[in-house]
Amino acid sequence: MAEGSALVTGASRGIGAAIARALAGDGWPVGVNYRSDRDGAERVVSEIEDQGGRAIALAADVTDPAAPEELFGALESEYGGPVLALVNNAGISRDDLTPTLGDEEWSSVIETDLTAAFRMTRRALVPMMRARNGRIVNVSSVVGLRANPGQSNYAAAKAGLIALTRTAAVEVARRGVTVNAVAPGWIDTDMTAGVSKDLLAAVPARRAGTPEEVAACVRFLVSDEAGYVTGAVLSVDGGLAA
Amino acid sequence: MPAVTTEQVQERVIETLASFGPEADQITRDATFEQLDIDSLDLVELAQIVEDEYGVVLKGEDMKELKTVGDAIDLIVGKAEA
Repeated sequence: MAEGSALVTGASRGIGAAIARALAGDGWPVGVNYRSDRDGAERVVSEIEDQGGRAIALAADVTDPAAPEELFGALESEYGGPVLALVNNAGISRDDLTPTLGDEEWSSVIETDLTAAFRMTRRALVPMMRARNGRIVNVSSVVGLRANPGQSNYAAAKAGLIALTRTAAVEVARRGVTVNAVAPGWIDTDMTAGVSKDLLAAVPARRAGTPEEVAACVRFLVSDEAGYVTGAVLSVDGGLAA
Repeated sequence: MPAVTTEQVQERVIETLASFGPEADQITRDATFEQLDIDSLDLVELAQIVEDEYGVVLKGEDMKELKTVGDAIDLIVGKAEA
């Protein structure tokens, strides 16, 4: 593993927390970003430290244009090297059917799930290019690949993330920097807690996935072994998009 | 910021461009980026190095106008003096 640190946005719980723990398990010093759940983020940091890893909790609303500089600056000074792994995981959903979907519901989801990931990626790339080493993983969604009524805003953002992933990947490929996406399906988290379990019938595997199953895929994409994988979208969905 | 000379900038620019692939002896003031197979992403990286070392911020629109190595050196020196 390279001399550098990892940043996981939205890592106080759910998929992001599992990713932070997995990367720390591979030896990465990890920035555990959170917006409001300070207790959750500090719990993740404690768990990592209990396992002999290194992590710090970093408060920032990823939609704040100043957030990338704050987060990257904090990690660069804390761990004394560039951020060489970025996982854009922070996301929200504001579901409604398209005919009644409000402007605020549209723009807040695009801003959080897509624009913030772009700004983080922009901040990450030059130091990674100069290091000739870097890993960016965007947490997209099965709905970026396959329609799910009531989520046109979320789907547009998550499909946009895939397009961002592919474009950035080819731009920086010859610099040793990879950019990939994972597309989780139904994963047991707070975000899916309120959703009807009837939808599980549509999942070929007939069960929800776990945050750890998504984290294992991210861990692979961030690893040295995945150096020739770039611009890829790895579905983690029990066959839902197949 | 310490004063920078054209010679210092030229030396640093050539060293940086050489790290992107072309042989150092091909990198003359009159050489074009096209001849050297230096692409726009290389220039983004060069701009970052220049910013770190000389505090000179080169924007995308500045870089687009650059055709030769000499253009880049003159732009950086000009901005450093401004």
